[in-house]
Amino acid sequence: MKAGIPLNETMKNNLYKYILGIADNSLILGQRMGELCGHGPSLETDIACTNLSLDLFGQVRSYYQYAAKIAGDDRTEDDIAMLRKERDYLNVLLVEQPNRDFAYVIGRQFLFDVYHHLFLMELQKSKDLTLAAIANKSIKEVSYHLRFSTDWVKRLGDGTEESHTRMQEAIDQLWTYTDELFHQTEADKEMVSEGIGVDVTKLKEEYYNKVAEVLAEATLQVPDLKYFQKGGKQGIHTEHLGYLLAELQYMQRAYPNMEW
Amino acid sequence: MTTTEQHIDEVLTPILEKVSDPEIPVLSIMDMGVVRSAVIKQGIVYVEITPTYSGCPAMDVIGDDIKAALKNAGYESKIELILHPAWTTDWITPKGREALEQYGIAAPLEAEADKDVLLNGKRLVKCPQCGSTNTKLVSQFGSTACKAQFQCDDCQEPFDYFKCLK
Repeated sequence: MKAGIPLNETMKNNLYKYILGIADNSLILGQRMGELCGHGPSLETDIACTNLSLDLFGQVRSYYQYAAKIAGDDRTEDDIAMLRKERDYLNVLLVEQPNRDFAYVIGRQFLFDVYHHLFLMELQKSKDLTLAAIANKSIKEVSYHLRFSTDWVKRLGDGTEESHTRMQEAIDQLWTYTDELFHQTEADKEMVSEGIGVDVTKLKEEYYNKVAEVLAEATLQVPDLKYFQKGGKQGIHTEHLGYLLAELQYMQRAYPNMEW
Repeated sequence: MTTTEQHIDEVLTPILEKVSDPEIPVLSIMDMGVVRSAVIKQGIVYVEITPTYSGCPAMDVIGDDIKAALKNAGYESKIELILHPAWTTDWITPKGREALEQYGIAAPLEAEADKDVLLNGKRLVKCPQCGSTNTKLVSQFGSTACKAQFQCDDCQEPFDYFKCLK
């Protein structure tokens, strides 16, 4: 760590977990978007989805490289990405939800992008200069993601009867996973108190305001929901993550230690 | 750490200028602004490069190409990837912008104009084929992470636009 903050074992563990908590979101969402390679609804959207995926994977590499350095043993960025078990992934449930149709793809991306952008704005101010630098780099890319997903939410929501129905359904189904974005783990709280982490609870109000603004413009309803799903940040996932990881990790499991 | 200035030892400049961007071969990595420093210390060249986009798959190749070019010139080198300060399209040199246009890629506009063309459908991007600004956005994402797809409504040619990144 370049900021010169002394690291004891507990802090090291917390920082490690904190980094994974951020990075795993990008890895899993990147994998979901990557699944659309060759399957996008049009050539342009296909390329856009895989471009988003590439950006997210790029950001993930920076985070995992840093996490590997923090761990200080012989583990590498690839080990962290490819060789953990389901329960060790700390991504939120939202990003692992499957690509049911294009409205789901866009809905999931939009609900995450609004959060991701707000989060990175704050992470740029982290006392940890590596995290601040990654955030500073990533936010430029994420601004493009947010534009893309916002545009499509409006286009589908305010489009045909069919696209409107599907977009509304996607938002309704995914809404239950939004509240978890603002939960804090113990590691998160520790990192916030050190001035390294972002206090996500403070982003909640702005998040829902921004989302509501776009949904209104897209002629979509904000779901009225009182009960929300959670668990991903503790490693308790929906059934979808296992299948995703099976595909993601296949090569490393089949041919251990293989390299490009 | 926060300086945006490049530190390149003069003797290294001609060597590095010959290393081209693997995805846009007409462009030298120096014109792209991805080399942030290159300094000789005790016979070893220390080079810092920065990615255009986080996921830019060209970075590994660029690192290898730099190493090879320096080796040919008789230098051992160490390459480090740095993220801060983050790369911006402002670092593309005038020569680089010209090379992009000649290659058929529209060079990035200023931030405000960029927003106008990508979000508001304004026609400001100049077609690298015929020079017309009667061009429209086809998709915000193009053949690589740094580009968007455009089409010229005069000569009808599709082309890439290098997105502004600040």
